[in-house]
Amino acid sequence: MSMVQLTINGLPVHAEAGTTILDAAKSIGIKIPSLCYLHLPDVNVVCQGASCRVCLVEIDGRRNLAPSCSTTVVEGMVVKTDTSRAVEARKTMLELMLSNHPHNCLFCKRRESCELKALSAEMGIDELPFQAPVPEEELDLSNFSIVRDTTKCILCRRCETVCTQVQTMGIYSGVQRGFHTRIDTAFHTPMMETACTFCGQCVAVCPTAALTEVDNSAVVFKAVRDPKKTVIVQTAPAVRVALGEELGYPVGTNVTGKMVTALRRLGFDKVVDTDFAADLTIIEEATELIHRIQNNGVLPMMTSCCPAWIKFLEHKYPDMLPNLSTCKSPHEMLGAVIKAYYAEKLKVNLDQLVVVSVMPCLAKKYENNRPELSDGTYADVDIVISTRELAGMIKHSGIQFTNLPEGDFDRPFGESTGASVIFGTTGGVMEAALRTAYETITGEKLEHLEFEEMRGFQGIKTGSVKIGDLKVHVAVAHTLRNARQLMDEIQNGTADYHFIEVMACPGGCIGGGGQPYHHGEMDTLRKRASALYTADEAKVIRRSHENPDITKLYQDYLGEPNGHIAHELLHTHYTRRNKH
Amino acid sequence: MERILSFDQLKKQYEAVKHQTDLRLLTLNQAPSFIQLPEPYKRDLSVRHLMVCADTGCAASHSLGIADLLEKTIEKYGLQDKVKVIKTGCFGLCSQGPIVVVHPERVMYTQLKVEHVEEIVQNHLRDGHYVEHLLLGAREGNPTTNYDQVDFFRKQTRIATRNCGLINPASLEEYISQKGYLALGKCLTELTPDGVVDVVKKSGLRGRGGAGFPTGMKWGFTAVEKEPQKYVCCNADEGDPGAFMDRSVLEGDPHSVLEAMAIAGYAIGADTGFIYIRAEYPSAIRRLLSSIEQAKEAGLLGNNIMGTGFNFNIELRLGAGAFVCGEETALIASVEGNRGEPRNKPPYPAAKGIYGKPTVINNVETLANICPIILNGSDWFRSIGTEKSPGTKVFALAGKVNNVGLIEVPMGTTLREIIYEIGGGIVNDKQLKAVQTGGPSGGCIPARYLDTPIDYESLQVIGTMMGSGGMIVLDETTCMVNIAKFYLEFTVDESCGKCTPCRFGNRYMLDIMNKITHGQGTREDLDKLSQLGETIKEASLCGLGQSSPNPVLSTIRYFRDEYLAHIDDKRCPAGVCTSLLQYEIVPELCIGCTICAKNCPVQCISGAVRQVHYIDQAACIKCGLCFSKCPKKAIIRK
Repeated sequence: MSMVQLTINGLPVHAEAGTTILDAAKSIGIKIPSLCYLHLPDVNVVCQGASCRVCLVEIDGRRNLAPSCSTTVVEGMVVKTDTSRAVEARKTMLELMLSNHPHNCLFCKRRESCELKALSAEMGIDELPFQAPVPEEELDLSNFSIVRDTTKCILCRRCETVCTQVQTMGIYSGVQRGFHTRIDTAFHTPMMETACTFCGQCVAVCPTAALTEVDNSAVVFKAVRDPKKTVIVQTAPAVRVALGEELGYPVGTNVTGKMVTALRRLGFDKVVDTDFAADLTIIEEATELIHRIQNNGVLPMMTSCCPAWIKFLEHKYPDMLPNLSTCKSPHEMLGAVIKAYYAEKLKVNLDQLVVVSVMPCLAKKYENNRPELSDGTYADVDIVISTRELAGMIKHSGIQFTNLPEGDFDRPFGESTGASVIFGTTGGVMEAALRTAYETITGEKLEHLEFEEMRGFQGIKTGSVKIGDLKVHVAVAHTLRNARQLMDEIQNGTADYHFIEVMACPGGCIGGGGQPYHHGEMDTLRKRASALYTADEAKVIRRSHENPDITKLYQDYLGEPNGHIAHELLHTHYTRRNKH
Repeated sequence: MERILSFDQLKKQYEAVKHQTDLRLLTLNQAPSFIQLPEPYKRDLSVRHLMVCADTGCAASHSLGIADLLEKTIEKYGLQDKVKVIKTGCFGLCSQGPIVVVHPERVMYTQLKVEHVEEIVQNHLRDGHYVEHLLLGAREGNPTTNYDQVDFFRKQTRIATRNCGLINPASLEEYISQKGYLALGKCLTELTPDGVVDVVKKSGLRGRGGAGFPTGMKWGFTAVEKEPQKYVCCNADEGDPGAFMDRSVLEGDPHSVLEAMAIAGYAIGADTGFIYIRAEYPSAIRRLLSSIEQAKEAGLLGNNIMGTGFNFNIELRLGAGAFVCGEETALIASVEGNRGEPRNKPPYPAAKGIYGKPTVINNVETLANICPIILNGSDWFRSIGTEKSPGTKVFALAGKVNNVGLIEVPMGTTLREIIYEIGGGIVNDKQLKAVQTGGPSGGCIPARYLDTPIDYESLQVIGTMMGSGGMIVLDETTCMVNIAKFYLEFTVDESCGKCTPCRFGNRYMLDIMNKITHGQGTREDLDKLSQLGETIKEASLCGLGQSSPNPVLSTIRYFRDEYLAHIDDKRCPAGVCTSLLQYEIVPELCIGCTICAKNCPVQCISGAVRQVHYIDQAACIKCGLCFSKCPKKAIIRK
C-alpha cells in the first residue's frame, strides 16, 4: 500500500492510499460525526452509501462538501472539518433527520444505545428549525424475532446493506421516493411471510429503534416470579464473552461466573450451560459424519447449529437439505434432554417446567417456535432471550453485576469442555468436531489441538485433515454471502468437501443479532472471539468426548450416540420453503 | 438491404443511394457544410416528396392519419407515381403541427387537419397552386412559400438534428444516403481506437446532458481501463419538464445514435451498448428496436461489423419513470435492475459503471454529434460555437414565445436571437420577464441578460445552467415565486429519498414556498430559504439535490421584489397566486348584466338585473371567470 500525505485542519496526516477521510482524521484524534457509515473490515461488512451526510467536510478546490466516510484521501489533499461551513451543514443534516423523528426517547427501546440520540447530544442540537409530523406508527409484529418500527427509521440503509450485501437475502429495500421513502419488504409483506432468516444482523446494525428484537424479558420475569414454575436457564457460549460489555466490563471480558450468579439472583431455579449441549452436539454430529463417510451417505455434511443458516438453506437451496446434519442445535438438544430426562429426575410436571435459553441470536427466537422442535405438546425450549435482553433484565433487577461473586453452573448440565466454548465463533464447531472425529476414528490422541486454519475471520476457510487413511476436506463459512458461494461451488461441482460449518452472522455467534451493539467496532468482534479461544485454553478438558457428564448422560439415559433415544430427542428434520 | 461485408461495399452502397434525398436537400438552407448540394439544382416537379412529420408531437395531433389519407387521396387522383409520402422526424416548429412539407417547392403546410388533405392534393399536387391559407405564416397574415427562409429556420444550425425532417427514419437506406455509417466505417478501417478518442477530444465536444463534461476525456478515461468487459450507455432518460430533444433525435434519426454508440464502443473497447430510455417514449423505443434489427441485418451492428471483426450489440433498458435515473450512477443502478438511486462518486462510471465495469455514458444529443465530427474533423466542429463550448445546442423552446418547438443553434447565440428572431418574440407582444433554462436544475435569467451568449460557463455565471436544453420563456404575467415553486414541487416529487438534504430539505423549502404564495411568509422565511437552499446544494449526494434549489435561489436573486410583494404586501404582482388575489366589482362600471353571476361556478356573485353586483369574498374561489367574462371590464383583480 502506498502512503499519501494530506492535511486535516492544518495538521499533517500520513495515511494509506484508499483510507477514508473519516479514518484518516480519526488517526490524528479528530472525530468526524457519522451515522450511516459502518465498516467491519475483517468480516466484509461495509455500509458506505454516504446517504446521511452528517460526515460532510470541506476539501480545498471542491465545489461542494464531501462525505468523509466515502471519500478517500489523495496526495496533497487539504481537508477542513471544523469550518463553520462544514459544521453548520453537518448540524443541518442531523436537524433534518430529527425533524420527523419521534421524540419519545424516554420510552424508546434504544434509549441507552441510540446512535441518533448520542449524535444529537454530541453535535449540540438544541432546537429544530424544521418539523414535520411523525409518520403514523405501523409495527411489524408478524414474527418471533424482529420488530420493525419504520417511524424510527432514519434511512441510513445499514439494514438494507447488510441484508443485501452481506447476507444476500435482500429482504429490505427502499420503497416510495422523496419525503415518503421508507425501507420495507417487497410489497409490504409481513416479515414472517418473507424469506427472512431472522439472523438479526439488521437489528445489530440499526442505529435507532427502527429494528429491535422481540423482547421476551417480561415473559421470563413472569415465569421466574411464578412460584409454581420451575424455570431452567441455559446460556450459549458467545453470551459470556459479550454480556459484560453492557454491564461495566471492557470488551472481551469473560463473565461466566458473574453471569451464573446473576441468573440465580434473577430467580432461575437451575442455571445450566449450553456449552454442555455443544459437547453433546459434537458427539452426535461427529458420529453422524463418520457414519456418512463410512456408509456412502450424503456428503458434504453441513452443520445445523445455526437456525438462520438452516432457514436460508430451506428457502434458497432446498435440494441441499439432505446435506444438513440432522442434529438439533445445541440449546434445542439440551431443552429436549431437560424435558425428557431431567424433568423426571427433578420430579417436575412438564406444564410447570420452563426452559429459557439466553442466546446471542435472534433467529433462535424463531427456531424454538418451529413445531418439530418439540415432543408434540411441549416445545424443547420455551423462551429465548438475547444477550441484550439478559443485560436489560439484570439492570432492571438492580443487580450490581460487577460486585457479584462468581458462580458455577448446575450439574449435570454444567460441565463443558474447551471444544464447546469455541462454538461461539466461526470455525469453532469445525475445530471441536475435528478434535473428536480424529480421536474417535484413529483412537489416537491429538498432539496439537488447535486447528489454526479454522480460526480467524476469513470469509471461507478450507482445509484438509488426515484422519487415519482418510483425508477429510472441510470448509468453514460465515455470513450467508459466503455460504451461498460455497453452496454454488458445491452445486456446480467446483468444490468437494466432507464437512462444512456455516454460521450466518459475521464472525459467527459472537457477532450475533442478539449481542450487545458493536456500533461498527471491529475490535469488539475480535476481542470476543479471542476471549473464547482463551477460555478454551484455560479448560482442563478440551475434547467434547472427554466430558464426563456427557459420558454419564449416554450411560444413564441416551444409550448410543445416534442411537434410538438420541435420534428421537436430539435430531430433527427440515422443510422446503418458498424461494422468496 | 443486402448484408454489408466491408467498408468499401458500404461506400458503394452510399454512392448508389446518395441522390435519393437530393430532392429535399435544398430546403435545408443551413445544412452543415459537409452536405454537398447538387449543382446545378434542377427544379423538376415530376417527382415530389411529401414530408409528413411523424414525431410524437405532430402524431398527437393526428399527423399519421393525415399521412395515410394523403396517400389514399394521392392514389385517388392517380398521382402515386409522382408523389411520395414520407413520414419523417421533427421539423422543430411544433406549435405549428401537424406539418407537411412539399419538396422540391419548399412549401410548408401547417396546423393541418384531415379535411385539408383533399385541398392540398387537388390544388397543389395536381394543379400546382399552393393552398395559401395553410401555408406557414398564413394564419398570422404572412404566408410564406419558402419556409426555410423564415427566421425560425434560417438562424438555426442543425448538426444533432441534421436528419430530422430530412429523411425517413425507418429507412436505413435513407440514412446511408446521408453518409450513414460512413463514420463508423472510417473509424473501423482508418483510425485506431486512440485516434477516435483523439478526434473527439480535439473537437471539444462537451456532454449535452447538462454538466458539459468533455466527451473525449470521458472516452479517454474509459479507454485506458484494463477490464476486458466495458460498456457504452446512451442516456435517453430525458426528464426535464417540457424537454424533448432526445426523443426527437431518437424518433427522427435513430441510426445516428446507434452508429455513434458503436464508434464509442470501438474507441473504448466495448462490445455491448445499452440505451436507457424512458418507457414513456413508446414510439422512440419501437423505432430504436427496429433500427437495431435493420442495422444488424445489414451487418452494421452485431458481430463482425463490415467484416472488420469488430462486434457491437445494443440492448434497450426501459426506465420506469424516475427523473433521478438521468443521473448516471442512478441510471447504472436502474440498468442493473436495482432501485434507481445515485451513489457517491468516485468511482466514476469510467472506472466502475454498469455491473461494475468501465462504462461510457453519453446523452443522446452528445452521441448525435459524433458522426459529423468523425466525418468532418474536429476543426470543422470547433469552427461552430464558442471556443470553450464548440458546436451547437438543441433547445426545447417553450412558454410565452410565438414559435414553440425544437431549435438547434450554435453555442454563443444570444437569448435575444433565440427568443426574438428564432422564437418570433413574445406571445401577444407582452413584456419578456425571464427565461428559465436547465429545467428543475436550472434557474431563471432575467430579461436584462438577454444579450448573454449562451454556453456552459456563461449560464453558470448568471446562476443557471445549460441543463439538457429546456428553455421556457416567461412574460410579465408569470409569477416568479410560483414558477420557482413549480420546479421545486417537481424535485420534491422526483427526489429518490436517499440522502438527507434532498429528502427533507427540498420538502421544507417547498413548505416555505407554499407559505409565501399563500401570503403567510415572513422575511425570516426568505433567509431560511436561502440558507437551506445553499446547504442542500452543498450537501446533497447527486446532481439532482445539488441543483434542486436553483430555481428558488435564482428567483430570490433576481426577483426578490416579487418575493417581498408576496411577503410584505400579501400581493402577487403577476396575479397568479390565487390565495393572494381578490376580484372586486367596480360599482361605477357595473351595468348589472348578470353575466358574471351566471358564469360564477360557486354562485358567490349576487345582484339584481341592472343593479350593481357584489362578490362574496368568503365564498369566492378566485377562478377568474367573472373577470374574463365581464363585458364592461367592471371586475378588477387586486
